Amino acid sequence: MSGKVSILEALGFRKASGVGEAGWGRTLAAAIISFIYFLPVLFIIFTAIKPQDVALSVPPTLSPTSLFGLIPDQFVFTPTLENFGSVFERSMTVGGAPEPTGFDRYFFNSIVIASSSVLLALVIGTLAAFGFSRYPLKGNDTYLFIILTTRMLPAIVVIIPVILMFRAVGLSGSYTGIILLYTAFNLAFTIWMMKSFFDELSLDVEDAARIDGSSDVRVFFKIALPQVIAGLAATFVFGLILTWNEFLFALLLSGPDTRTVPVAMNQAVSSGGRGTDWTLLAAIETLFLIPVFLVTFFLQNHLLRGVTFGTVKR
Amino acid sequence: MSTIEIRKLTKQFGAFTAVRDADLKVDAGEVVCLLGPSGCGKTTTLRMIAGLERATEGDIIIAGQRMNELTPQKRDIAMVFQFYALYPALSVGQNIGMPLHYEGLSKADADARVMKVAKILHLDEVLDRMPGQVSEGEKQRIAVARAIVRDPNCFLFDEPLSRLDVELRHSMRGQIKEVLQGLSKATVIVTHDQLEALTMANRIAIMKDGVIEQVGTPHDVFAKPANVFVASFIGTPQMNLVEADLRSFGDGMASVVLAGQEVALGVDPAVSRLKPSKVTVGIRPRAFTVSQDKARDTIEAQAELIEPMGAETLIHARTGLGSDIRVVVPREKRVKVGEAMHLRPDPRQTHVFGEDGRAVRA
Repeated sequence: MSGKVSILEALGFRKASGVGEAGWGRTLAAAIISFIYFLPVLFIIFTAIKPQDVALSVPPTLSPTSLFGLIPDQFVFTPTLENFGSVFERSMTVGGAPEPTGFDRYFFNSIVIASSSVLLALVIGTLAAFGFSRYPLKGNDTYLFIILTTRMLPAIVVIIPVILMFRAVGLSGSYTGIILLYTAFNLAFTIWMMKSFFDELSLDVEDAARIDGSSDVRVFFKIALPQVIAGLAATFVFGLILTWNEFLFALLLSGPDTRTVPVAMNQAVSSGGRGTDWTLLAAIETLFLIPVFLVTFFLQNHLLRGVTFGTVKR
Repeated sequence: MSTIEIRKLTKQFGAFTAVRDADLKVDAGEVVCLLGPSGCGKTTTLRMIAGLERATEGDIIIAGQRMNELTPQKRDIAMVFQFYALYPALSVGQNIGMPLHYEGLSKADADARVMKVAKILHLDEVLDRMPGQVSEGEKQRIAVARAIVRDPNCFLFDEPLSRLDVELRHSMRGQIKEVLQGLSKATVIVTHDQLEALTMANRIAIMKDGVIEQVGTPHDVFAKPANVFVASFIGTPQMNLVEADLRSFGDGMASVVLAGQEVALGVDPAVSRLKPSKVTVGIRPRAFTVSQDKARDTIEAQAELIEPMGAETLIHARTGLGSDIRVVVPREKRVKVGEAMHLRPDPRQTHVFGEDGRAVRA
């Protein structure tokens, strides 16, 4: 093969041998594929900043800029932030005065409900996972399987008993109710996820701490927990995304004061008898993306970091 | 008093017996090595002493007190783990200082203690680093430092040197021995490396399949192996163990048929108590003198494979009936492949093991 350069190599593709950074060809290919995956999101963001009248124009407008004349004028729209304003305040009737829509409250609800239920599940689930990992019960796997079964049924199957139970104990429409429900749903996932992280840790380290005089509680907090920070971060992000996007339970169990964004979004775009307001919908979606994006962005270092670093030579 | 004693210690995992009726006593200042092949139960024994494994039966007595029911926290021991088991989220200094947490020392006192052991083990430069940022040898020394920072009842080492390369292992062996000599505590070291055991231990306990086969000084286990297993396990190259028929005994000489040859071997007088029977004759490769002439007390074999080992040469010789006999001769002694050799065993180093595998010795 020496001396001969294949077409792929000439184009910047590297041979699959050796370890190192990818060549330009591969990088470009990866970028194009990533861009295709990102396109729907980009389209939503662009729709959110389109004036209402061009949102559904045919042919569609594609870009807020002409990219130095690269894109013909007919595909370029003039960006506007107006849609974001109307998320929070707009006229509800034709020609009526602008009124507050309550979306500030719904965003607040989503943030409070999602983060508190995920955190609660993380606290309970991590303790439970450590228990399952280090102090196994007889038939440990059976318990874990039963816990997992709570996630096996589609939400729609359990929704009726849940509604009846919530009504009976007066939890419908309350923060406590929906937070408890989401916590319960996140728990199964959290326990399984965290147990696998704890299982990976070296038991010798914990034994050493016991011999050095540490109580089991101190072993957990001082030795085990710092080693699974990456796991906590990953579990938190996954749980947050699931909870943040949840629609069905929120639709049926939240009240006017505890409504979350996905539910409110559904109602906002279909109310007023004017058909679907696509730019408004896109604006809400864009705003809805931001919190999860930020959390994931700031935790990404933890998500990527190895679980144990340098304790045990394997 | 810093002592460790185990009596009739047994550990069962379900139907499997990992350790059976182990008896061992370690005095203050004494270093005992538990030596044996993988899976022989030596680490399980150590973990039972530490309290990390519950004994099925028997007693564990540390510093004169029965400790079976006590948790590791309450046994007041220090242990060095095979994989060091450093606390990954704590700095080197915090790692070493961890055992001091429950001593109720002031921060200044604790820091001074950490500094003192760090100096002994040449770790004072790396106290602020994290365990992931130090070398393999340093990790090992941190584990030792963490063990000696307190003044525990006794020390336990689980394969302390197995992760180090040959050179580091050699120097750490000396360092650990030196540190232990200064402490005069009962110490148990688990190892599968006989050289490590022979060099570091005052006494060696050799284990096989959960049973302690022999306890003795490094000299004793080498010169007077209690049974066939110990004889084959200790010493490199391995002792020659040849099946033989004991015919008669007279005048300090045993008449045996060995590899089809009738040979008169100088053996322990206790062999006279044996009736004519099947025995195993054990002779170390270095216990032969090679002679040119056949005699009553020589074994005849042909040199088949010659491996120069530097100062000495290892010769694999084969008898007429196909038994392989390893012979070590000085480098000057030239032997050619195919050459007939008459091997005369040293009577003081010729061991006879009875049918039950036990050494026949006065």
